[in-house]
Order: sequence, then structure tokens, then C-alpha cells
Amino acid sequence: MSDLTHLSLADARDALKSKKISAVELTKAHLGAMESARALNCFITETPELALAQAQASDEKLASGQAGPLEGLPLGIKDLYCSKGVRTTAASRILSNFTPPYESTVSGNLIRDGAVTLGKLNLDEFAMGSSNETSAFGPVISPWKRHGDPDAKIVPGGSSGGSSAAVAAHLCLGATATDTGGSIRQPAAFTGTVGVKPTYGRCSRWGIVAFASSLDQAGPITRTVRDAAIMLRSMAGHDPKDTTSVDAPVPDYEKAIGASVKGRRIGVPKEYRLDGISDEIAAFWDQGVAWLKEAGAEIVEISLPHTKYALPTYYIIAPAEASSNLARYDGVRYGLREQGRDITDMYEKTRAKGFGAEVRRRIMIGTYVLSAGYYDAYYVRAQKVRSLIKRDFDTVFAAGVDAVLTPATPSTAFAQGEQGSTDPVEMYLNDVFTVTVNMAGLPGIAVPGGLAANGLPLGLQLIGRPFDEETLFSLAHAIEAAAPKFDFPQPWWR
Amino acid sequence: MATQAAPSKLIKGATGDWEVVIGMEIHAQVTSNAKLFSGASAEYGGAPNDHVSLVDAAMPGMLPVINEECVRQAIRTGLGLEAQINLRSIFDRKNYFYPDLPQGYQISQYKHPIVGEGLVIVDVSPTERITVGVERLHLEQDAGKSLHDLSPSESHVDLNRSGVALMEIVSKPDMRSAEEARAYVTKLRALLRYIGSCDGNMEQGSLRADVNVSVRRPGDPLGTRCEIKNVNSIRFIGQAIEVEARRQIGIIEDGGKIDQETRLFDPGKGETRSMRSKEEAHDYRYFPDPDLLPLEFDQAYVDALKAQLPELPDAKRARFIEQYGLPPYDAGVLVMERASADFFEETAKGRDAKLAANWVINELFGRLNKEGLDVTRSPVSAQALGAIVDLISSNVISGKIAKDLFEIVWTEGGDPKEVVEARGMKQVTDTGAIEAAVDAVIAANPDKVEQAKAKPTMLGWFVGQVMKQTGGKANPQAVNDLLKSKLGV
Repeated sequence: MSDLTHLSLADARDALKSKKISAVELTKAHLGAMESARALNCFITETPELALAQAQASDEKLASGQAGPLEGLPLGIKDLYCSKGVRTTAASRILSNFTPPYESTVSGNLIRDGAVTLGKLNLDEFAMGSSNETSAFGPVISPWKRHGDPDAKIVPGGSSGGSSAAVAAHLCLGATATDTGGSIRQPAAFTGTVGVKPTYGRCSRWGIVAFASSLDQAGPITRTVRDAAIMLRSMAGHDPKDTTSVDAPVPDYEKAIGASVKGRRIGVPKEYRLDGISDEIAAFWDQGVAWLKEAGAEIVEISLPHTKYALPTYYIIAPAEASSNLARYDGVRYGLREQGRDITDMYEKTRAKGFGAEVRRRIMIGTYVLSAGYYDAYYVRAQKVRSLIKRDFDTVFAAGVDAVLTPATPSTAFAQGEQGSTDPVEMYLNDVFTVTVNMAGLPGIAVPGGLAANGLPLGLQLIGRPFDEETLFSLAHAIEAAAPKFDFPQPWWR
Repeated sequence: MATQAAPSKLIKGATGDWEVVIGMEIHAQVTSNAKLFSGASAEYGGAPNDHVSLVDAAMPGMLPVINEECVRQAIRTGLGLEAQINLRSIFDRKNYFYPDLPQGYQISQYKHPIVGEGLVIVDVSPTERITVGVERLHLEQDAGKSLHDLSPSESHVDLNRSGVALMEIVSKPDMRSAEEARAYVTKLRALLRYIGSCDGNMEQGSLRADVNVSVRRPGDPLGTRCEIKNVNSIRFIGQAIEVEARRQIGIIEDGGKIDQETRLFDPGKGETRSMRSKEEAHDYRYFPDPDLLPLEFDQAYVDALKAQLPELPDAKRARFIEQYGLPPYDAGVLVMERASADFFEETAKGRDAKLAANWVINELFGRLNKEGLDVTRSPVSAQALGAIVDLISSNVISGKIAKDLFEIVWTEGGDPKEVVEARGMKQVTDTGAIEAAVDAVIAANPDKVEQAKAKPTMLGWFVGQVMKQTGGKANPQAVNDLLKSKLGV
């Protein structure tokens, strides 16, 4: 049975279609894996009864020939997506008792297409973090181990750390995730998985707990590029309930898998050769360039001159939006309420107890940059820089570049407590290669490229033109095919 | 337009004259079925929290979607204000914490409103007309309602109004008296009702005013203003301005200075009270709402809405003056409500329009006001009033009899013509009969005849006597003519 968890999503789909396996046995295999992996703390809420009921319904549909594209495939749902009738926490104490009476559009799309939902995956509180250490439900532990360091608890990245760890540990075939500054791509890179941040507007944000509305985007984390393409096709699409979602047809992304990349122009931005970048990462990047070249792509050096401003700008815009988006968690209508002497006291006590340190820090930063007297100096300027960052990419794409290749992260995964405990900016630097993509609203994909000397995965990032996820899938698949094969960790956690 | 007030508008203080300067922010609830950003009902009333969607309650992950009808109404209103319509406008978040504000922010328009500068022409009196500039009109969400009297220890929140669309119409500080301010709101309300973008119902809170008041010596720069929040009747607006101006004058004349603050008007006590000072004012941290794209439409859309606008009060007034030869003020009174104007036109159709206007304004409106009735619920129909006008024009009845006839039709109903027939109210135009009555009166009062020859104003007394004899039915002109010739005056 446990072998079933080692199927790729695409293979599981084919096996279900050809009746080699049943959705119920596939689901049971994953529920079993979840049960024996609680030490990793991937799930905040497990929904085995719901999953089995969905699997049974899927088997009936498979039998009657009414199967959807994802029929019977067990997935994990990041606990930022509201699930109808299932507790949804955003990994925050303030929502620890919240059960939405509605299903987010994207998870609803997956369920519509037949997916089985195993439970709600852990994350950094309100998606604010890069290591999954800010969750009110405890940190997620990566299934990966550093060579010669069996005791160190490696982080799975963040904020979608539950998603990346669960997929890497074979607890689900794929998982939903969200990406505001790198929250899909960085955890994917840390765990040897594939993570797609689609173009802003490609997936509906409706029913996903908002962090920074102009940057948030839903996407999948899977073990293969093909699996990501299959999942994204179901997740994407126009939603009249989200006016920032775009009304454009969703292509069959799977068709892009295996498509030739010959003659594709790949930009390599010189500004990403940061001072702090390790030799190993630099060499790995060069290796990625070589793989694409071998596959027939044309490599050009490009310039994205405003890159160095991206991170500070991001840490103005994202907290500003967050400070406003999180105002609704006030103890009045739902969620945690701490009694107070009067309304202000209730607000203060509720929010002080309900939010963790990182969330409080970002609310304060956001409140500060929007304040009278600072708004123009910070927020307005940051928005101007944001348009310049976007223009950098526009210029490059207009010059005929099809995609940009960079490392996904400045380092491999670190262990719990190793980063950001004294200086939060150290943790923020994890997003240095990924935030520009959110700032410009572009699609990005993180694809594994093998293991570093310390035994931990390394990931490359491809950045594409708006709504050209297909090119990213073809290129990522070329890298996947060229990169050395690696095995996901043996289940030491059992 | 910050002109100086006429001397008659100045307020006398202990140390000289003061000029009051008034500007207003009117919150007008948009007439639409659904709220500004959700599909929930925008209907007034309902059990608490009956009209609340997931968006209105600010549940996690909910997103606003603009209601096109509200946009359409805002544009139509802007056109009615002869204002600039901005083809691109932006929704901002106004951040503050309050239990009846579920999102923790109000979605409003701050730097880029949908409607820019416009104007309202206001008839303050039969002889005075002012133009009040409009600074802007923007769309925003209403808040819910906090209820503090349901429990001794807890407050309750009703979110039915939360998210309902409001148009905030900001005037320039162009008013110089409580009377002007009242006339402005009256006119603006009439305009909104004509357009159909707001029902103007102040009791239900569909129209609320924040009134900015400051005082200065005539010719001086603007003084420090105080904002009186949420005044909900035209009468209270007038009262609030008067007491606030007096309060400010008193402070300045006593050597003090005005603190910029927000105040509340207490109609019971007839005073304004401080609500919060400038220092306590919120920092709203406005920024563009990232959940909403800029609101954009093209000029063709605006033009189509313009073409479909009904005739508005100013145009109608001009037409009434031109077409019916009415005095401007009468025309202005008639067009205040669309229903009144329609009633007048129905009454005047094919008749002496001035006479019809007199009857509509003086008799009908007078009576409706006394009974607190709307013109649409008048017991005397336009047809009936027209028939009464006909009877006067054709000398069948006198003006005096017509008033009795109006009273009968008002209370008992019926066709005025038939009533006149049935009750013998016809005017006596038979000169023979009138002459007999005149002769009788002259014969019976020889002393008065002598007096009248010396003092022609005595004629009125004779007219009265003749009318008495004829039961008021004699044609007054005929009586007059006969008396004059017989008395030789």
C-alpha cells in the first residue's frame, strides 16, 4: 500500500483511470503516511473522514466514466484556503476556532475536478515567514537531513512549509500553496519539489485569507513539473468574485511538458550575482544555464537594474497591505476574543494574544509606512520603485527574452533557529530572488536541480512573461530532465 | 465663489458684525437593490443582521466586487450637478477600528473621486439666488450600526447598513447663512430625487449632513471651522448652524479662539457638543484598495447616461418661466418636487397657467402642508383643480366661491362642475338681477350714499352689501361697475 504514495500525481491519475488502483486505496495510503508523519507537523487539521468520503465518490465516478481531471487524487490544502465546514486557521491563534461556511474558489475548483482533500497544511502565521517557524501550531520539520547532522531540524521553507514538506515526505500527491514574496518557490526549492507562482490574476484569491492583496497568488507544489501543470490547470481560471482575476482561457498546461525549448531566449540577470551568493549557488546557477543551453535554448545576459531595491520595497508594500487586511481580526465577529474593559481594551488584548511576534511586527511596519507624514516617503515611493521593477522586466521581454533564469534561493535550507532569531532581516533575505516576480505580477516556477554538498536540495527559478506559464513548464521540464536524479528522504520520522 | 455675504446675513455680535461661512458634506444613500461591493440587499430596515453577506461581515478571504448600478447612479448624479465626470477613479481604504466597521477600513475614494467640481443653483428666497460650488462627489461604503441600549454590559452590532453605497457630496464653503444652507440641502435633495439616485429620506438616514461652520469678520480670511457631524433634518441643519455660529462668536468676542474639532448637535438642548478634537482625529492611513482595480469607463457610457437623464429642476424652471410665463420664484416652487411640477402641468394644460400656478401653490400646497400630505396623495386631483380653474376663467364662479368649492372637493370629492350645479354656486351674471340688488342697497342706505359721494372708498362697503344680498354669487366686476355708475363715483 505505501508504494502508492510514491506515485507521481500523473501516474496515480493514469492508474486510477485504468482501474489499476482505487481512489479509496490511494487515499488510505496517504492517510496512513500522514498518520505516521505527525512528527513533521505538516498538517494543522487532518480530515480523513472527508477524504475517504470523497474517495468513495471518486471511485463511483471513475466507474461510471464521469471522472474529473483530478478524480480521486489526494491533495493537501494550505490552511490559508478557507474550507467549507473545516477549521481554517491561517496558522494563527486568532483564527484557531474559525470554521468558514464557504470554500475558497481555488480549492473549490480542485474539488470540482475530483480531488480528494486530506487536510489543512501548516504554514507560517498568515503566510508571514520563510521557515514555517512562525506558525501558532508549531514549526514544520522538513523530511530532509543535512549530511552528518542527524539532530538538526531542517526547515521546509515558508510560508508554504507544510505544503512543501508534505509533498516531499509523500504525504500527498500535491498541495496548494500561496506566494506573496516567494512562499511557494522558496519552500519548493528547500524541499526538492516543484512550486509554481502563477501570473497575478491567473488564480482567484477569493476565499484565501489575504496577506498582501496586490502580491498574493495561489499555486501548486508537486514532485514533478508535469504534476504542477496538471494541478494548475484545475486551480486557475477567471472568478467574477475576484475582480483582479483575469478572464483569459486556461490552457492545457500539461501539453507544454516535453515541448521543445530550442531557440528559446533565456535571460540571465547580472544583478542577481549578489555579494552574498555562495560559490556553490553560483556554480549551480551556471549549471542550470548549461542544461538549458544543451536543450537548445539561447542564453543572453540581461540587466534588471532595479533588482537591489526589490526587497526593501517589498517589505514596505506587503506589510502596508497586511496591516489593513488583518484589521478585520478584531474579536468582534469571529475568531479569538479576549475580554476587555472597553472596546479598545478588547481589541488590544485580542490582537496581542491572537497574533504572533512576526505578524505583530509586520502590522506595525505597515501601519508606520501608511501613517500621515510617512506615506509619501515610504508607500508612494515604494509603489514607484515597484513600477520600475516591472518596467525592467517589460524591457527585457520586449527585447525578445522568453524567460529569466535565476537561483530560487540564496542558500539551501537551514535548521530551526539558525536564521532571523536576532535580526529579522536575515530571514527576509531568503526572498531576495523571488520578490521581484510578485512585485511585477509575473509567473515564476521553482524546479529542483539536484542536491548540494550538504545533501540538501537546490532549486532554480524561471520567470516568464505574464500569462505564459506554458513556456515556464517546458523550460522547467527541460531542467528536470537534465538535472541529476535524487531520491526523496527515507521516512526516518516513522 | 467665496463671496462676502449681504449685510442682511451678518450676525450682530457684542463687538460688531460677523459673517458665518458654511460648507457641507452630504452623505446620500444610493438607490440600488444591492450594496456597493456585495450582493446583499440595501433595503432599509429588516431584522438586525438580515441583510449581511460574507463580504459585508468581512469574513476571511472575502473580496469586494463593484456594483455597476451604484457607479451609474453616481455618474448620473454628477451630471445633474453639472460636474466633471472622471473616467478613471480609484477606491481607497480608510483605516480605523470600530465594531460596526467589520473590515477595519471603509472603502472610499480619497484622491481620485468619480465626480469632480460641479455646482448647485439655489433659490434662497423669491428675490435671491446663489450658486453653491461642489468640490467633488465620491462613492463609499456605509458602516453598520452599534446598539448600546440592548444590554447593560454589552454593545450589539447590526451590519444591515454595512457596505451600503453612499455618495458623499462635498460643497465648497459657499453658504453664508443657515437659510442658505437649508435651501442648499433642499435643492440638492430635490435634484437627487429627480435623478432617482437617492430617495432623500432624512428620517431613515438616506440623507445625512456634516456641516462645517466658521465665523469671521466680513472681509477677513476664513476662520477656524468646526464640523458638526451627522445632522439628520433640514430644520436641525439650520438650528445647528445658528447655535454653532453664536457659540464661536461668543468665544472669539470673549478673547478666546476656536479649536478645530468635530461636534455633535443636540436638538433637545439646542447646543453643539465636542465629539473629538483635531489632536484626537484618526490617522486614517488611506491607500489604494489593492482588491479593486481602478474604476474606468468611457465617455460614450457617460454620454448615454446624460441622454437618458430626466428634465432636471433648473431646466424645468426655465421652461415654466418661458412656456407658462410664470414668475421665477413660482416656477422655482413648482419644480422643487417632480410630482408637484407634473401636477402643475396637468392642471395648467390648456388653461390660464398663471391662474393654475396660483391655485397649485397657494390653495393646494397650502392645504397639503397643513395636512402634512405629499402632492401624490392630494385628495383634489389635477383634473379637479383644473376644472375649478376653468370655472373661474369662464366667470361661472368667483374666486371667493372657488375657495368654497375647493374645500368641498377636498373634503367630499366630486366633479367641481357638478358640485357647482347641484349646490347653486354659479355666479350671477344676469345684470338685471344684480341691478335689482344694487338698487335695493342704495335705496336702503341714503346716508351711506351721501358719504360715498364724498369718499369713494366707501364703494367697498356697498360691494359687500350687494354680495351679501346675492349670496356671494354676483359677479364682483359687474357689481362694481353698476355701483360706480349709479353712485356717480
